[in-house]
Amino acid sequence: MSEFKRRRFLKSTAAVAAGAAAGPLIWSSDASAQWSNAPEKGATLRVLRWKRFVQGDEDQYLVNARKFTEKYGIPVRVDSESWEDVRPKAAVAANAGAGPDIILSTNDDADLYPDKLVDMTDVATYLGKKYGGWYPVCEKYLKHGSKWIGVPLGCAGNAIVYRESQVKAAGFDKFPRDTDGFLKLMKALKEKGTPGGFALGHATGDQAWAHWLFWAFGGKLVNEKNQVVIDSPETLKALEYAKELYPTFVPGTLSWQDPNNNKAFLDGQISVTANGISIYYAAKMSPDPKLQDIAKDIQHANFPIGPAGVPTEFNLFLNQMVFKYSKYPKAAKEFIRFMMEEEQYGPWMTASIGYVCHPLQAYEKNPIWTSDPKHTPYREAMKVMRPLGYAGEMGYASAGCIADFIILDMVAEAASGSKTPKEAAERAQKRAERYYKV
Amino acid sequence: MHIDTANRLATQQSALSRALDNRHFLGVVFLLPAAALLLVFLTYPLGLGTWLGFTDTKIGRGGAWIGIENFEFLWGDEVTRLALFNTLFYTVVASTVKFGLGLWLALLLNKHLPFKAFLRAIVLLPFIVPTALSAIAFWWIYDSQFSIVSWTLMKMGVIHEYIDFLGSPWNARFATIAANIWRGVPFVAICLLAGLQTISPSYYEAASLDGASDWQQFRHVTLPLLTPIIAVVMTFSVLFTFTDFQLIYVLTRGGPLNATHLMATLSFQRAIPGGALGEGAAIATAMVPFLLAAIMFSYFGLQRRAWQQGGADS
Repeated sequence: MSEFKRRRFLKSTAAVAAGAAAGPLIWSSDASAQWSNAPEKGATLRVLRWKRFVQGDEDQYLVNARKFTEKYGIPVRVDSESWEDVRPKAAVAANAGAGPDIILSTNDDADLYPDKLVDMTDVATYLGKKYGGWYPVCEKYLKHGSKWIGVPLGCAGNAIVYRESQVKAAGFDKFPRDTDGFLKLMKALKEKGTPGGFALGHATGDQAWAHWLFWAFGGKLVNEKNQVVIDSPETLKALEYAKELYPTFVPGTLSWQDPNNNKAFLDGQISVTANGISIYYAAKMSPDPKLQDIAKDIQHANFPIGPAGVPTEFNLFLNQMVFKYSKYPKAAKEFIRFMMEEEQYGPWMTASIGYVCHPLQAYEKNPIWTSDPKHTPYREAMKVMRPLGYAGEMGYASAGCIADFIILDMVAEAASGSKTPKEAAERAQKRAERYYKV
Repeated sequence: MHIDTANRLATQQSALSRALDNRHFLGVVFLLPAAALLLVFLTYPLGLGTWLGFTDTKIGRGGAWIGIENFEFLWGDEVTRLALFNTLFYTVVASTVKFGLGLWLALLLNKHLPFKAFLRAIVLLPFIVPTALSAIAFWWIYDSQFSIVSWTLMKMGVIHEYIDFLGSPWNARFATIAANIWRGVPFVAICLLAGLQTISPSYYEAASLDGASDWQQFRHVTLPLLTPIIAVVMTFSVLFTFTDFQLIYVLTRGGPLNATHLMATLSFQRAIPGGALGEGAAIATAMVPFLLAAIMFSYFGLQRRAWQQGGADS
């Protein structure tokens, strides 16, 4: 019985491996990309990662991990936890000096305990050379001087998700590319009785759009010298805009947390929101014909560009860290390298239909981005995103500001009219100064 | 000399057994495991937490002693002040209502009702359901798009748009308080019911023979005899409410606009996701005086013997 299972398993994984190998290799291998590493004898690995947002991601990740075990004889245990819980766990592991060998975490976590992390320069350099280089924003997150303290996994791309038919009905053939057009669209949608909605509650992930708005008008948390500069004329413009935008939202957005916009969108109650590809994925994969219809009507667009003149998107950055307390750092490096190689990373991207945007430039050729044109806007996520704590350095202060919802609270206060834009900006300035210790 | 040596030997041999015969020594030995448990799992974390409140420790990085700087900052921090107000408001309103409803329910359940045991079991239900689970149920009930309450009222034609339960500051405060009350009433009711059952029926017989009305019986028999239990139950209830976390965390995460942030949720937000362990610990430490005050009040205010025995305060 167990033999039968094992065989079946081997057969199925072999099929997957064969499929991957048969597919066209999309990169032109750089001759200088050399990799040599000898994992420790008798190594075992424990990986802690964030819990999947789309099922395909987890399934393929585990298949890849099993492939690693088969190839190198290193058993790997993968645990997943809600992404917001990984962050404190990783910090505690770093602090206590014990825990999983590899942690896949989010945002600027690695910058909180850089000296507890294994130097990953060799892995990052090898992968970068082989796959056309890392997008520049990756270095902001994980490169300290000439040293990589982690390996980028990608980012959970955020884009505008909208109902094509409703946007057309409001008189727009294409989704507006600038903030003025966007406001007009939102007003028109509200008049048509098909409003949009963006989360203004303490939504850890979906607060990204508030950062986009704040940046789109040239607002900044800090300048290049890490001095807090929130209270600026640019910020006020952003907040005035938010104040005009808010009345076009569906009621209740001040209470919205991460899942609310997904639920409301899939129920057909909102026409526009900002989200990862997971709304589309859920609709497309659902057997419910009503959701199937919604899936056909869903379109994605990149965030409109504001007076700042450049894209100002903010996405959830995903990293891979190896901790110094690990007894098998070489095996851990091998695992991360293995998982990032085309043979594993490509199928993984496909299985999660682009939920995670690639950090290595060669992967933009992955067919997932073009097989369904609706995926394409998410392809740019890593290329156009701004780093956390823009335009300063990352560290405790930037981490504290986002965890304390300083930008989101400011936008919500001004938008809802509970504070004037000036008051909201001053308050945010004061709160942020505490973190940046003026 | 011969006898001396023998005596000394005997003394040495029996030192242990004599020590074990000593009540005080034995007492200490028996106490040790419990004391060690308390020290390791209670005193040490509490002491460490308090100490952290006076440092600038971050997660993953040790801190230096900075005196009361954290507290100075928190005092001037609008969000913390708002959280303090929210916590006090939440505790006072929720505890008062829980006491009122709990006492009422206990008095009802103490009567001879049909299916008494069944009813008592039902009443306990909200308390048995894990908080996180009931919080998720409330989250749906209060949802801005899918609320069953709003839906029902809409269908009945009472309202014309969905109620924004968690989206406006005061609505959110009352909505979270209502959820807390729903969860906390059974605890109060069942404890008070236990207290009521210890009151001997002969008091009521005597009182009714003396012509006491129902209200007089309640005021002069039930209430004084129930006071010790009330003191204990309400102390616990206030402590639970003041330190509530799960409900808020699931329902609002302290939003909208920080209107439902309690000290506990703010402490967590700053300390764990925010990484400012020292500041978070300071917020938690700042809760201690309020909790002590609640305990003192119940201890000195409600446990006075004279009053319990129907006497007046001297």
